[in-house]
Amino acid sequence: MNRLASRLPAIVEQHQKQIVDTWVQQQLESGTWRAGRLQETQLRDEAERFLELLSKTLKSGISFEPRSPQWADVREFLSELSRSRAAQGFSPTQVATFVFSLKQPLFALLRSFPDDAETVANTMWEATLLLDALGLYTTELYQLARESVISRQQEELIELSTPVVELWPGILALPLIGTLDSDRTQVVMETLLQRLVATGSSIAVIDITGVPTVDTLVAQHLLKTVAAAQLMGADCIISGIRPQIAQTIVHLGIDLSSVATKASLSDAFALALKRRGLSVTSAATQSAHRA
Amino acid sequence: MDRVPILRLGDCLLVTVQVDMHDQLAMTLQDDLTNKIVDTRARGVLIDISALEMVDSFIGRMLGNIAAMSRILDARTVVVGMQPAVAITLVELGLSLPGIRTALNVDAGLALLRTMLARSDFGGHAD
Repeated sequence: MNRLASRLPAIVEQHQKQIVDTWVQQQLESGTWRAGRLQETQLRDEAERFLELLSKTLKSGISFEPRSPQWADVREFLSELSRSRAAQGFSPTQVATFVFSLKQPLFALLRSFPDDAETVANTMWEATLLLDALGLYTTELYQLARESVISRQQEELIELSTPVVELWPGILALPLIGTLDSDRTQVVMETLLQRLVATGSSIAVIDITGVPTVDTLVAQHLLKTVAAAQLMGADCIISGIRPQIAQTIVHLGIDLSSVATKASLSDAFALALKRRGLSVTSAATQSAHRA
Repeated sequence: MDRVPILRLGDCLLVTVQVDMHDQLAMTLQDDLTNKIVDTRARGVLIDISALEMVDSFIGRMLGNIAAMSRILDARTVVVGMQPAVAITLVELGLSLPGIRTALNVDAGLALLRTMLARSDFGGHAD
């Protein structure tokens, strides 16, 4: 582990207040600070806390390493900062500038000391190394935070888009919305089959009203799902086929004869009830019969 | 030597496959089952594969053979309890087990057998 030899720790500790003032002032003046998103007081508060932690850690005399335990506090602060900035919609540049912009007040301060040129150069080099590492670390964290948001949204989208509902004991419906690709088909198939087993249903209605286009690939995926359900001993009915899609299916020469198709979900439901030996009658006619 | 148990359930036979099938075991099962159908004059055969985590073309063909043999002895075959993962794999492999009726569980399979048998008794086509 490299030890800091220069006067950097002492300078940061002694002139903390002064550095914070110039730093915040410069961030406010530069375009990277976005009015309305952050209050000046919040920025000052963050700057003070960061410098406090930095100064405390610098005193230990150990240079920054992403995994060293001495830097845990600073790391935690930066990760919290980049996470909240990512959620607020700041760009990676703006987040990293928070750290990089510390260079200017620090260097100005160093220059004002009556040291010889070599000492100043050495201290500057150390400060540059440190702040660059911290800035890059912040960017990395920002990227991670954004990626976790994206992957969570993707998962939610997949979960949202494949609900399996029970229309009647023994009859499931699967309203598909959006384009069917291989990944989604896999999820759809798994969810449907698992629900078939869990509910002991023997009929599944796959409603494709919400599927914008049906091409050969989508049709193949649909037929795969139907075949898998049939292997498990459940019948499938495809419903919600719009006139245009019916035409497309015929023009493409897709053979859907192996599966029952209906124009609307209600027709499919009626067929499903019939297959299960159930029927729906109007209560009015029933009471009329009885009377 | 391993044997696949065959249980009698009224006029049906219940075969529960619980271990991985290999050639010899499949042959023994076919022997045992055909004998048992003749002995008990069974009308239906239920094959429960819910314990199988893998079904390949070999087992697929064996199931098809059993169904065909039973059919000749005037018994109908229903395969029950296939796992979702197995069904997906079979579809991905392009194996659709032609000529085999399937049901979700033993209850559903028994009900299906009854309707198939009732239809065949009236001279209709059972499949």
